[in-house]
Amino acid sequence: MSSKDVILGRVRAALRDAPAPGPVPRDYRREFPAADLDVLVDRLVDYKASVRRIGSEQVAAVAREIAGGTVVVPEGLPVAWRPEGVLVDDGLTPDRIAAADAVLTAAAVAVAETGTIVLDASPDQGRRIITLLPDVHIVVLRPGQVVASVPEAVARLDPSRPLTWISGPSATSDIELNRVEGVHGPRHLHVLLLDS
Amino acid sequence: MSTFLGMPATAPRGVGHLRGDEPFPAAAHTALANDQLRRNLRHATTTIRGKSGRVIAELPDWQELRSAGSAIKADVMSRLPELLEELEARVTERGGVVHWAADANQANAIVTELVRRTGSERVIKVKSMATQEIALNEALEAAGIQPVETDLAELIVQLGNDQPSHILVPAIHRNRSEIREIFLTAMPGVDPGLTDDPPVLAAAARKYLRETFLSTKVAISGANFGIAETGTLAVVESEGNGRMCLTLPDTLITVMGIEKVVPAWRDLEVFLQLLPRASTGERMNPYTTMWTGVTPGDGPQDFHLVLLDNGRSAVLADPAGRSALHCIRCSACLNVCPVYERTGGHAYGSVYPGPIGAVLSPQLTGIEDNASLPFASSLCGACFDACPVRIDIPSILVHLRNRAPHPKSERAAMRAAAYTMDRPKLYARAQRAAKLARIAGRRGRGLPLGWNRARDLPEIPAQTFRDWWASR
Repeated sequence: MSSKDVILGRVRAALRDAPAPGPVPRDYRREFPAADLDVLVDRLVDYKASVRRIGSEQVAAVAREIAGGTVVVPEGLPVAWRPEGVLVDDGLTPDRIAAADAVLTAAAVAVAETGTIVLDASPDQGRRIITLLPDVHIVVLRPGQVVASVPEAVARLDPSRPLTWISGPSATSDIELNRVEGVHGPRHLHVLLLDS
Repeated sequence: MSTFLGMPATAPRGVGHLRGDEPFPAAAHTALANDQLRRNLRHATTTIRGKSGRVIAELPDWQELRSAGSAIKADVMSRLPELLEELEARVTERGGVVHWAADANQANAIVTELVRRTGSERVIKVKSMATQEIALNEALEAAGIQPVETDLAELIVQLGNDQPSHILVPAIHRNRSEIREIFLTAMPGVDPGLTDDPPVLAAAARKYLRETFLSTKVAISGANFGIAETGTLAVVESEGNGRMCLTLPDTLITVMGIEKVVPAWRDLEVFLQLLPRASTGERMNPYTTMWTGVTPGDGPQDFHLVLLDNGRSAVLADPAGRSALHCIRCSACLNVCPVYERTGGHAYGSVYPGPIGAVLSPQLTGIEDNASLPFASSLCGACFDACPVRIDIPSILVHLRNRAPHPKSERAAMRAAAYTMDRPKLYARAQRAAKLARIAGRRGRGLPLGWNRARDLPEIPAQTFRDWWASR
């Protein structure tokens, strides 16, 4: 007999007399006003991310200035956003990605209420590895990608894609609960919020 | 005892970290004598309570979210077999391989064999309660495979040859100078000029682990949620070590308790609001990774999901106790518990400490093996208020106290007390005798139960109510 049969048999036996549960109440907030970009900025800054509100034509220059060195970008990043001399990820080795100074990507969704940016590995965001190894992550965010709440973000996302939810740079509170930014992930998160 | 299909079985003895070496009162006694530990704990729990309270207050619908979370979990338990099969089907469709482990021994054997097949002699690990529960690290080491904990706190615990003492912040019982000592003693290649400044300590861990992340081909994780509808798994973390383990290696092995399945993608909208605020007191934890099977060209191309029972079906068999399985491991109940705050996690003897551990561990192992844990509580109810999925821990504690085996002498004394209280004349005589005892000597002297080692006996009044009534 397989372990699967054993486990499912045990679970069915355990539930033999269990009453059917009632319906799940969904009376928490599910309707939200338009996302407040100021709230998003406030939450991002609270998590030690830095935020700049700029025009789309400034992305390349600002990214160059923040990175100060080599910038990795995914293959699908708009060409107009790319600083000169970027390293396009066409299957770069982990060592080359780790040696870059920064990575520049787009995003899928952002949540104002929690200061969260979600990447879904679309062509303008790339493989998960490129946003993981460089010390600086620069994210370009379009206002239309910002929602107010977690339920709206969940509704917009496609679970079949690999998803990375980012709320501020890497942080730990393991030593006497002192928040220390940057243990393993990027130590610096820069958000470039585009004008509409 | 022979087992047969359909008989819920508790977690086996001799493997895993669900049973302590000594009962709670004895272990707590040692912990209470440690001033440093109590200072560390009080600072930590007070800080998290404050942060958590502030961010929870920002949500006007916190109670509605709690009710939804509780109802979703109740629904999960009632449909567990179909949801697990749905999860298996979706994960398999997406190129993952699902394994079923009836207990800790089986899970350890499955994981060890999977690692062996890769030829790797080292694995990197994401912090995971399930793998702590089954003592996977010990099993891997016995098989000649080196498990490297990559969460900073778990690393501190591992390098210090220690046990975790909190679900969320396993090294909460250590302060910065202790951590510095551990690093200096046990971290290969550490800078001898290391200070005890937390950013310096964190940077030392970053440096030490970077090379390991990039050169290890197999990772092992737990899962916070497994979504039946889509086959998606989610790991919630802070440091990015989770992202490293879940993204860089060729092979990923995830060990998930069967109770972690949730029905639908949409259900994450509830739990992703509840978990971070209740747990770390943040609006959202820094990183969450979600993956569905294998994605060509991105992340591990070989994915295995191990579904673990190890006593969970036995918990499910008790209608009064099964809601302990609703736990999402946020640790809010630890941080509000006056008992935990004073004893710390080690006293509970299980990887699940605090109030939730006091109800979960005895049910997973069978009450005989953790008989003292349901009594490790003041029943103040703070844990119920704090629980983001509304587990009524105090009621389960009381229920388990009734099921716990009581010492012979205690049962005899209680029977005698019941007999006496049923007979008014006898009761009056007993009260007079108690008065004499008060005159005769110290409180509680001669009680054979050991009760008075942990409890204060009430002062026996100079005049009983009956005497007062009669003399009125």
